[in-house]
Amino acid sequence: MSPFLFWIFALLTVIFGAAVVVNRNPVASALSLVVSFLGLSALFMSLDAFFVGIIQVLVYAGAVMVLFLFIIMLLNLRAEEERRINWLALAGGVAVALALLIQIFLVISRFDPARKTFPPLPGSTIDDVRNIGALLFSNYNLPFQIVGVLVLVATIGVVLLSKRELR
Amino acid sequence: MDSLFIITSLLKILGILFVVILPMVSYAVYAERRVSAFIQDRLGPNRVGPAGLFQPIADMFKLLLKEDFTPRAANTFYYWLAPCLAVMPAIITIAVVPFGSTLFGVPMVIADVNVGILFVFAIASLGVYGIVIGGWASNSKYPFLGGIRSSAQMLSYELSLGLAVVPVFLVVGSLRLTSVVRYQIEHGWFIAPFVGDWANPWKWLLAIPMIISFLVFMIAMFAETNRLPFDLPEAEQELAGGYNTEYSSMKFALYFLGEYAAMITGSAVIVTLFFGGWHFPGIPDGSHGWIFGLINIAVFFAKVAVMIFFFMWVRWTFPRFRYDQLMRLGWLFFFEIALVNIFLVAAIIPFYRS
Repeated sequence: MSPFLFWIFALLTVIFGAAVVVNRNPVASALSLVVSFLGLSALFMSLDAFFVGIIQVLVYAGAVMVLFLFIIMLLNLRAEEERRINWLALAGGVAVALALLIQIFLVISRFDPARKTFPPLPGSTIDDVRNIGALLFSNYNLPFQIVGVLVLVATIGVVLLSKRELR
Repeated sequence: MDSLFIITSLLKILGILFVVILPMVSYAVYAERRVSAFIQDRLGPNRVGPAGLFQPIADMFKLLLKEDFTPRAANTFYYWLAPCLAVMPAIITIAVVPFGSTLFGVPMVIADVNVGILFVFAIASLGVYGIVIGGWASNSKYPFLGGIRSSAQMLSYELSLGLAVVPVFLVVGSLRLTSVVRYQIEHGWFIAPFVGDWANPWKWLLAIPMIISFLVFMIAMFAETNRLPFDLPEAEQELAGGYNTEYSSMKFALYFLGEYAAMITGSAVIVTLFFGGWHFPGIPDGSHGWIFGLINIAVFFAKVAVMIFFFMWVRWTFPRFRYDQLMRLGWLFFFEIALVNIFLVAAIIPFYRS
């Protein structure tokens, strides 16, 4: 992949990720998050991980964020826009973020494999959908089934909660 | 990446967009008016040019010259952004659909990715943003209701859409759309499997869930493209026009184009999945000469045109559903049918393959 494209999509992801926090308008925040997801999925796809990339768009940008937007639009936006910034909280947040950033830089600078350039993976034309499917149903079958049960429980819970009268 | 690949890809993108899709969109609007007129025993637009064929061009000038009005209370940035968001996903989707076999040895698909159908769903699911943002940014009651209706409706029917297509991939064994077409050439179209292994009774049994799958997919596609009988987001009688009420001039036209472009790409996906794509019995593929390559492309778009005609026929035949009926139909009927259908196909496949 050309580094030019990498920088475009990486910057897109990071800038719009920051815009999620900076924007005062919740709808603008939600849409920034969508663009950030799209940038992230482009990064996945440029690494030949088409399946992960497209699922990123399908699940997060296409379904989860639409629901978010749906809820946000029903809220009173004025209250959020007029809220004043709590400077103490802001300073605390920036300090924590900076501490994490410094920590990451320190760890990466001492981590030898991070400085090496890896040789390209052999056979980049492998069918990643097939690989992920085969792994899910062989090595990771039990976790997969447990996740399935979890989703089923959540679904039943939602149906129960949204029933008008509880018995 | 060699330069030949880039040049052919660019030619394919420009060709499919400016020679096929955009003219098709504008003439789909004209066709809609003529078909509706025919169904209602009227004449329809027939004044501009022979049989009214230049009507889309006249419409374009009319829309461009209309006053482009932005309401004062609207959120201007999003108000301008929304129509673009409504058009783009519909057009991007066509990138993975194989619209022909080969022409001069170049495969007639813009991006033959191995997640073909997931790409279609992912990009199509982004189409809802144009409608929701448009309804919200107008800062007006009826467009807002239209946007809310649209997001709920599209999310609900995406489930049926996604589940209805699973049987196709269980049978084919790949998400790549060119493989789906390739399989249908060898085994017959999913909707009419009259080619290859006649003696296998499981094949005929398999055809039944495939047809159910096709019906669910098509009906969900009506809801996904906001077409009647599921055009609740733009119900004129209830919402004064729905999400595009506050839009005028070319921005309104973009919404219109987006709807028709979504219908065309939806038809193209249906044709690819269930009607054998560019294949027609007796016509060889593009490796036998460029003339056959062109014929394959023509066959594909002829099938798409038939599908679009069907969309229009349905629109002018059925009344609109009520909103609760629409939701009940989606969640309690199509969702279950599609789910059971998957189990049915999965149960038949081992016998079919053995």
